[in-house]
Amino acid sequence: MLSIDPTKKISFSRHICEGDLVIVYERHDNMKAVKVSQESVLQNRFGVFKHSDWIGKPFGSKVFSNKGGFIYLLAPTPELWTLVLSHRTQILYIADISFVIMYLEIVPGCLVLESGTGSGSLTTSLARAVAPTGHVYTFDFHEERAASAREDFEKTGISSLVTVGVRDIQGEGFPDEFSGLADSVFLDLPQPWLAIPSAGKMLKPDGVLCSFSPCIEQVQRACDSLRSNFTDLRTFEVLLRTYEVRDEGNLGSLPGKKRQRSSKGSIVLENSSSPIVMARPCSEAKGHTGYLTFARLKCLSL
Amino acid sequence: MSENNSQSGSVQNPRVTWEGCSVLLDINDGDRLVFARLSAASTLKIGNKSFPLQPLIGCPFGSLFQVENGDNGPYLSRFIPSIEGNNIQEKGDFQSQEISKDNRALVDNNKAQSLTGEDIDTMRRQGATGDEIVDALIANSATFENKTLFSQEKYRLKKQKKYAPKVLLRRPFARSICEAYFKKYPARIGFLRVDTLSLLLSMANVSANSDVLVVDMVGGLLTGAMAERLGGTSYVCSTYLGSTPYPMDVVRIFNFSDEVCKRIVRSPLTELSLSQTGSSEQINQQEDVLNMECLLNHQMPSSVSMEGISPPCENDISDLIPETTVSLVNKKGNSTKAGNKAPQQAIDSWKKNGFSSLIIAAPDLDTWDLIKDLLPLLSNSAPFAIYHQYLQPLATCMHNLQLEKMAIGLQISEPWLREYQVLPSRTHPCMQMNAFGGYILSGTKISSS
Repeated sequence: MLSIDPTKKISFSRHICEGDLVIVYERHDNMKAVKVSQESVLQNRFGVFKHSDWIGKPFGSKVFSNKGGFIYLLAPTPELWTLVLSHRTQILYIADISFVIMYLEIVPGCLVLESGTGSGSLTTSLARAVAPTGHVYTFDFHEERAASAREDFEKTGISSLVTVGVRDIQGEGFPDEFSGLADSVFLDLPQPWLAIPSAGKMLKPDGVLCSFSPCIEQVQRACDSLRSNFTDLRTFEVLLRTYEVRDEGNLGSLPGKKRQRSSKGSIVLENSSSPIVMARPCSEAKGHTGYLTFARLKCLSL
Repeated sequence: MSENNSQSGSVQNPRVTWEGCSVLLDINDGDRLVFARLSAASTLKIGNKSFPLQPLIGCPFGSLFQVENGDNGPYLSRFIPSIEGNNIQEKGDFQSQEISKDNRALVDNNKAQSLTGEDIDTMRRQGATGDEIVDALIANSATFENKTLFSQEKYRLKKQKKYAPKVLLRRPFARSICEAYFKKYPARIGFLRVDTLSLLLSMANVSANSDVLVVDMVGGLLTGAMAERLGGTSYVCSTYLGSTPYPMDVVRIFNFSDEVCKRIVRSPLTELSLSQTGSSEQINQQEDVLNMECLLNHQMPSSVSMEGISPPCENDISDLIPETTVSLVNKKGNSTKAGNKAPQQAIDSWKKNGFSSLIIAAPDLDTWDLIKDLLPLLSNSAPFAIYHQYLQPLATCMHNLQLEKMAIGLQISEPWLREYQVLPSRTHPCMQMNAFGGYILSGTKISSS
């Protein structure tokens, strides 16, 4: 998914090979990660797709089933991976992820600490941001979850950028070996205030910490504990509103008045080359994910 | 191998300032933001006094400075806050004390303060520090004692800002640069909010060793943010219609190393196009004239009017204007400019392999016309993201991309960002928020065959 070797650029025009991870795209809300294997087939409502037909085709290709149904084969990116990964925990989505990377000031070469690993949705984007020379050390106290995350990072090809440790960060803090070395720390823990003193030890002066919590009470306690060693405390909520788009000739469900106008308008449409396109917000949306609290380690050294 | 070494040294944004480095100065906790370049001669104006920035050179980013009185008058001096913090609201005794006081006895007759302006000037002449003046103001305020703890704290902060200003030394990052511009001169960066910028970078999968194409008509902020993510690997190619590249002054505010600057290149769209023929070039050049005119018409008034209606609070209109006259000289004394012409070898490689991502922020160009020409330059499966302040052009563009089957995973999204005040017993959303961060159309290019 990521390129660490400067001689090898990320090239999506690359052809699909045996063993590659591809994102099978049926629809924008129906995708799936598949490991390509010569003998395997993919079966879905559109029919049976032979992997052997895929090998040698470039990413982004449309491939057909035995019944003539089709899917697209996409190269994996952290965004697509977030949509297809198996949920072992609640995960972070694109709006929060993007904001976290930007606000933590993560750039190539950074050393980043994370806890918990969870399903590795954020971890994958952290790895992209520190590549090619940085590293993400992520910790989860759940042994199997850490193992599954490791398998996932192997699968997505980012394992050289990520190390998964099994550790109770709330109880034990981050390992001393990272003391004063971390550029940024991310916490997604039920009681972040227990891990904040340790996070403060790990960060370089002026380094940034982020704590993600769904509940405002968690934010309140986290901020209370941040005030002693941190400065520039800021708490945000970030959401996305999505829009659906229709053209005027396609207004079956709108009330009669508008429909009439559209049937009249269709004569005009014949002549004009661009149909009238309309957009409106989708009625379903996430109302809340979590609060993002950022703080900067006070710079006390001379 | 040697290249690898130089790379790992140059990717990191250094944490200590040097002579000639670009910094963001945050005065009084975000009240005023000033971009500056540190040199022996540069100064910062606070109130009606100019302070040399020399003392800031060689200090770690994140350092705090306050005004101190020296033999040669006031100067900026490093201030080390105590570990426990200078916040007064320490323990949870707020709730208990809070209930007994309110503002029923408060009369707003402007007689509460017994110190006069002359008194304060006299104190200053006698060498009183800002904090001493603040203490004196509190001691001479008839109403201070009757204020609630919350409003006492508010009062102290307000006086501190005026009489004991603090300057925080910030690293210029995409985050801080975007926020500073958005706060003061949003029009210059096309009203691109920081969360929107962060989404564009994710949606287009901007990452090390990827070749990214950008149409940046937002002053270079986008180009700079992309280069920051690439860390000196591969190229950011800023393309433009016509013969004049779009300005990228904001790029200079980032403290990019030579290595990173070399990776920010420009190329006219005509040179990137796959079917490059003489006749098409001529046609393009005719269009160029039109485009240039339209550009000028759009840009000139906006920048002028920005100056005209700039907030009256401070006389720092020039704060955010990057120094165009000062040539960018880095610490080694040689200067590398970002935005050189793309090397032919790179262009050939892009023509062969395609770009691996694309971001467009071109409010003055027709989105559909642009994407029609740019999408074929991407490799298949490459993600792209288009920013616009208006919904309609993106809706039309999305519809056309669907009809022409050029892309999948198409989505228009609008980010929403709300900040919170978190304080003991006083947590709530901030009273003021920005209600609009623009729209993004994102998608993935597919094979046309």
